[in-house]
Amino acid sequence: MSDVILEMNHITKEFSGVKALDDINLKVKRGEIHALCGENGAGKSTLMNILSGVYPYGSYSGEIVYNGEVCRFRNIKDSESKGIVIIHQELALSPYLSIAENVFIGNEIAKSGVINWTKTMQKAREMLTIVGLENENLNVPVGSLGVGKQQLIEIVKALAKKVDLLILDEPTSALNDEESKHLLDIILQLKKKGITCILISHKLNEISYVADTITIIRDGKTIETLEKGKDDISEDRIIRGMVGREITNRYPPRDCKIGDVIFEVKNWNVYHPEDEHKRVIKDVSFYVRAGEVVGFAGLMGAGRTELAMSLFGRAYGQKISGQIFKNGKELHLKTVSDAIKNKIAYVSEDRKNHGLILIDDIKHNISLAALRDYFSERGVINQYEEILSANEYKKKIGIKAKTVEQQVGALSGGNQQKVVLAKWMVTEPDILILDEPTRGIDVGAKYEVHCIINDLAKAGKGIIFISSEMPEIIGMCDRVYILNEGEIIGELTKEELSQEKIMKYIISHQGRRKHNGK
Amino acid sequence: MESKKINLDMKKYGMILAMIAIFIVFNILSGGKNATPMNINNLVMQNGYVVILATGMLLCTLTGNIDLGVGSIVALTGAICAIMVLDYNIPVPVAFLIVIVVGLLCGMFAGFFIAFLDIPPFIVTLATMLMGRGLTYVALKAQTKGPLPNSYTMVGAGYLPTINIGTSDAPVDLLSILVAAVASVFIILSEFKSYRTKRKYGFDVNPLWQIAIKDAVILAILWFFMIKLATYRGMPIVLLLMAIIVGIYHFITTKTVAGRHIYALGGNAKAARLSGINTRKVFFWVYTNMGLLSAIAGIVLSARNASATPKAGDGFEMDAIASCYIGGAATSGGIGTIIGAVVGALIMGILNNGMSLIGWSTDIQKVVKGLVLLGAVTVDLVSKRKK
Repeated sequence: MSDVILEMNHITKEFSGVKALDDINLKVKRGEIHALCGENGAGKSTLMNILSGVYPYGSYSGEIVYNGEVCRFRNIKDSESKGIVIIHQELALSPYLSIAENVFIGNEIAKSGVINWTKTMQKAREMLTIVGLENENLNVPVGSLGVGKQQLIEIVKALAKKVDLLILDEPTSALNDEESKHLLDIILQLKKKGITCILISHKLNEISYVADTITIIRDGKTIETLEKGKDDISEDRIIRGMVGREITNRYPPRDCKIGDVIFEVKNWNVYHPEDEHKRVIKDVSFYVRAGEVVGFAGLMGAGRTELAMSLFGRAYGQKISGQIFKNGKELHLKTVSDAIKNKIAYVSEDRKNHGLILIDDIKHNISLAALRDYFSERGVINQYEEILSANEYKKKIGIKAKTVEQQVGALSGGNQQKVVLAKWMVTEPDILILDEPTRGIDVGAKYEVHCIINDLAKAGKGIIFISSEMPEIIGMCDRVYILNEGEIIGELTKEELSQEKIMKYIISHQGRRKHNGK
Repeated sequence: MESKKINLDMKKYGMILAMIAIFIVFNILSGGKNATPMNINNLVMQNGYVVILATGMLLCTLTGNIDLGVGSIVALTGAICAIMVLDYNIPVPVAFLIVIVVGLLCGMFAGFFIAFLDIPPFIVTLATMLMGRGLTYVALKAQTKGPLPNSYTMVGAGYLPTINIGTSDAPVDLLSILVAAVASVFIILSEFKSYRTKRKYGFDVNPLWQIAIKDAVILAILWFFMIKLATYRGMPIVLLLMAIIVGIYHFITTKTVAGRHIYALGGNAKAARLSGINTRKVFFWVYTNMGLLSAIAGIVLSARNASATPKAGDGFEMDAIASCYIGGAATSGGIGTIIGAVVGALIMGILNNGMSLIGWSTDIQKVVKGLVLLGAVTVDLVSKRKK
């Protein structure tokens, strides 16, 4: 029994009458990496919040046995004092404080309130070595680091608290493939040091890579626990457990005729909005045909979002030059509303900050971009039409909500994404720019979003599809442009597409640039 | 589901119920003094300008900001108007028009810095507050300017024509009663129309008894007010002005694209921008509009006092801001209604008036107002958090 570090038995938690967790059991062995899988809203985060004391003892039923003793955590401090540390999906760093300060935030090395800076620096340096950041300047504000490094700082922060059980909630959701790999390798190193880890992730390839044991949760219930070496832990097997059915084809097939070129960009150049000498997009030219899904692949920071937003009525950048043609006619888009009028839509990668008004309801969010042209007459809104069309889209693309009056902030990630899609579908665009349309949503919702994209393509729309997940790009696109450091460095057709080919393009381009730089 | 809907309605009308409750409490404390026709008339006269300012301020709070310059613009526009009429013999209607343009310009000035140069509204309006007050002192040479002619004071202290059907000792104004009757028919008809349209489109409708109770309360308040006014001196011109302004802004915020854009900006400015909304334009017009309404309030206030004083409008911005927050506006923006702000203003007015009637000093009144503001917002936020 001593090899079990944590047991959570018969945990049930209700939110105003709705069971979020229903008699869940979880057993974690000492020193293992235990992955927690499940669709969004399955209850993974709720379970971890109970474990870490975010939801205090008494607000749930069931028991937590940690290191052989029954624990009743009243808050996070309680669980941390036992060595349980959770790293949430959203980073909890203070951007203007230095690396060293952030590492010891709330846990300062101090005597009667006075910080011992020498010791702080020394210890911070020591611990940064563990995650391979020994060369970072400790006095640099954390906000100036990339997301990948910030995520590593979060881990260092946890290590500073003498952690025995580390919980990571989707640590790689904002990282690119390379950064993710680095982070996962660090988790494997920590395992060698005897730290137990619970990992929540949607990325199944990561789970197969690091996990020793996988517990699958669906609808607030434990479905099964799979062990590496004993059970089949292939991605398909995990998906079957998560959705309760076999998804035979992870990317829905699309059968549609590709028409003529409807959208073309020539020699597009964009400069950084705050630095007029920094060229972010360099001489980009590309085209999209009707009914075609054109992918843009590239590493994080390759300039894909910048390109998309600058095309969308110059929502990004300055000193923009180049030409945009739609159906052979040149467009001069100066504002977002010009772009919308010319039937171009942009679904942002950041739905919470750029896509939705979270405090408003579904119907108002859906109508927002089309208010002037579709839902009003001489400036007066037809509120009935608004509700009707919201209901129509709710049904059409399966937004799961009681009514369209529901606040968008209360919906799950997948449903929020569908609201954003609906918002742009009502503007009846010919060209849709989809920037990471499936980021952070679960397998089932992802499949549904892919189906929506296929339907749009079938309706003859031109679709620009940006994704950081290579399998998704390969599974969904008819043609792919590879973008690196603001340049298009390659173009692959569906037949030529493979992950290796894309990476080869990027690596050789980066190598060449470095070479030229020296 | 059903119970949730009733809760929502309760929240929406909770402030109106609170207003009625406060009125009744002071009615008991003052031995009925606050319900006399004369006092009801005073309530309207005393609070007209706050209601007008609160409607404009609501738009500012919807963007997640406030306008601190309001009180100073009220003073400045009042002063300029009085000077034009008394020193330069400019006809009153022309002076009113000019001063409204001045108000618009003041608003545009603030709006320009806020919308096009991205200076925080708090700073810009703090500056307009200081500048406006200073300019008022300069214009009036720190003296009170008055008395203003009748044609001017009408706006703030005058009444609409009356048709007396009572006696000269106990007058009853037929016009007030007719207006109340027309308003009642209008309210019932529009409710009926919206009910029918909703049915036609196949939407859920609130149960009829709920609609009936809601309308009964509204009609009761309306008739209570109008009968009191009818038995005093009829309808004050300020009331008409208030009703028109509140009506227009209620329509703008609930039914128009422009109004929705303000809510969208306050709810999430980035998302609004990427939905094709020109957020700079929205900001600019919201603050320009505040200048316009400040000028109207400036005219009403100077008319009511029959003079312009350098200290006029001191602290009005705070009353208007408090009205919005008492009426349920969110400090972060994107939430709030015109009706809420008006009810907030009336709650403050009823409190002020009631406390004066029972002889509490203005010092204590400030403490009570502060507590009410804190209490209303605390209840609002804590109840939201529980959900």
